[in-house]
Amino acid sequence: MLRESLRMAWRSLVAGKLRAFLTMLGIIIGVGAVIALISIGQAATSSVTSQVQALGSNLITVSPIRSAGVVLYPQDAQWLTQVVPQISQDAPLLTGSVTALYGSKTWSTTLMGTTPPSLGIQGRKLAEGRYLIPSDVTFRRQVAVLGQTVVQNLFGGQNPVGKTIEANGTPLVVVGVLQPSGGSFGANQDDVILTPVTTAEEIAGTTQISAIIAEAKSAAIAPLAVAQIEAVMNHRFDSQNAANVTSQDQILSTLSTITGTLTMMLGGIAGISLLVGGIGIMNIMLVTVTERTREIGLRKAIGAKRRAILLQFLVESSILSLIGGAIGALLGTAGASVLAGALGWHGGVNTGAVVLALVFSLAVGMVFGIWPAMRASRLDPIEALRQG
Amino acid sequence: MPDVIRVEQLERTYHLGSVDVPALRGIDFAIPQGQMVAIMGPSGSGKSTLLNLLGCLDRPSGGRYLLAGEDVGRKSDDQLAEVRNARIGFVFQNYNLLPQLTALENVELPLVYRGLSAAARRRRAEGALESVGLADRGHHRPLELSGGQQQRVGIARALAGQPDVILADEPTGNLDSASGEEVLRLFLELHRSGRTIVVVTHDDDVSHYTERTIHLRDGVVVSDDPVPPELRRGLDERGAS
Repeated sequence: MLRESLRMAWRSLVAGKLRAFLTMLGIIIGVGAVIALISIGQAATSSVTSQVQALGSNLITVSPIRSAGVVLYPQDAQWLTQVVPQISQDAPLLTGSVTALYGSKTWSTTLMGTTPPSLGIQGRKLAEGRYLIPSDVTFRRQVAVLGQTVVQNLFGGQNPVGKTIEANGTPLVVVGVLQPSGGSFGANQDDVILTPVTTAEEIAGTTQISAIIAEAKSAAIAPLAVAQIEAVMNHRFDSQNAANVTSQDQILSTLSTITGTLTMMLGGIAGISLLVGGIGIMNIMLVTVTERTREIGLRKAIGAKRRAILLQFLVESSILSLIGGAIGALLGTAGASVLAGALGWHGGVNTGAVVLALVFSLAVGMVFGIWPAMRASRLDPIEALRQG
Repeated sequence: MPDVIRVEQLERTYHLGSVDVPALRGIDFAIPQGQMVAIMGPSGSGKSTLLNLLGCLDRPSGGRYLLAGEDVGRKSDDQLAEVRNARIGFVFQNYNLLPQLTALENVELPLVYRGLSAAARRRRAEGALESVGLADRGHHRPLELSGGQQQRVGIARALAGQPDVILADEPTGNLDSASGEEVLRLFLELHRSGRTIVVVTHDDDVSHYTERTIHLRDGVVVSDDPVPPELRRGLDERGAS
């Protein structure tokens, strides 16, 4: 009986191709949107996550809150390592805006004065030359390590090691080049000139640092380190909230909460369109049942039981939604891959979402098809035959 | 000959709001196997109601209806569907063929609901189409056929299930006189081969092809007589109309 129902349903769908397609369109769009948006949302999540992880594991950032009158100086970095046993090393960051000059080329960028441990804490790697060494800091050497963006804009990609650039008029000898950070989350980590913190003090004209970056001894101990840093900062500056102390973990979990919520929200909105598609199917099936009242009457007169009629129309709406779901899954998958490719995200298509969308579309067809099918199966054959 | 159809004090009353409208007020007759009968009467006489009851599309309010010896008056909808499928072949005034199916598939339809295999259905449907002279039109759709041909497909569909009785409701009502006669002669042939046929009509001409006429008026049988031999039409005569 099911095979016959499938055959009959297929015949009547083929008989009205345009209507069948238009009815499917609601499901196509719904399923396509669900898959595309969930896949894109998850690709965004994993992309952001990997970028944040690329910033260095166990990284803790301590930003003084200036409005609370808290000011930190380079030597406070050493102090922090001494009073917080959970961190292995730390480094000050003294930032300022500079205009860099090489030959005829100029480039506005960020100057970052720091100390040798910052390389490891931030998880960066050298492409060329050397990084800052302790004596650079001690002797206020006018040396610089450049990010890739700066190299591109001042040297056009040539090896800059050994050349001298000027930053706000101060000559700096380039001793090293950083590898690309591999992440574009937040500020561009490659658009930077790193100098010894002591040199940066002179160029920026200040001794106040913007942050201390520290490395927790392990990821497990990071939350404890954060709490400890907050405690010593608050104690030292006699404040309830002397500094923003954030660990990579916290940033990660906050981000994944945000992107997860966004993904669910996008999926939910797309799900609404799937619901609308289902209502479209119900609408068309009700029209179909009315139009085919005589056919139903005839089928009943020659011996179709209620169940047979119910099955026929239920199968018809299920085929509609399932084919629509399959086409939608195909389009959604293609759309998600194209978009993810264009944005350079990994992850691509979520097979779970595809399966879920197909199952859901079948369910939509059955749920929204059952009422019209029941109406059809309950028609009185005498009344039905009299019509038309 | 055993009676294929026997009705005893058959009643059917419709309830329209608080008013009871009796459409059949106690009808008795029996149709032996192999008979060809016309049921006649003006509109409102109850002949449609009787047709619905005889076709097991409706249940009587009173009395009994024995179809092939079986009381079908108290059966459920699904049981009635089975009875219709197995025992009754309907022929409709407007043919009621499904336009998206071929002639052959239309003829197969009752057998689908009987649960026959595709091969058995095909074989029987082809046989039925052949017996109405349309063996070569099996793959045409109804709209590609003339009215007379469509009605013959309808008759083939009624025959395919090998029913105990063929119930025809104004089978020539939508046809011109030539195709109408063609259809009636087909009924005569079927009658000659032993089929029980009940034709509901208001057309005296049609009744002349049968051997017995039951007249209804106001829900009761007013006459039940053999068709006089001088009016009978046989297979060897051509119609005058």
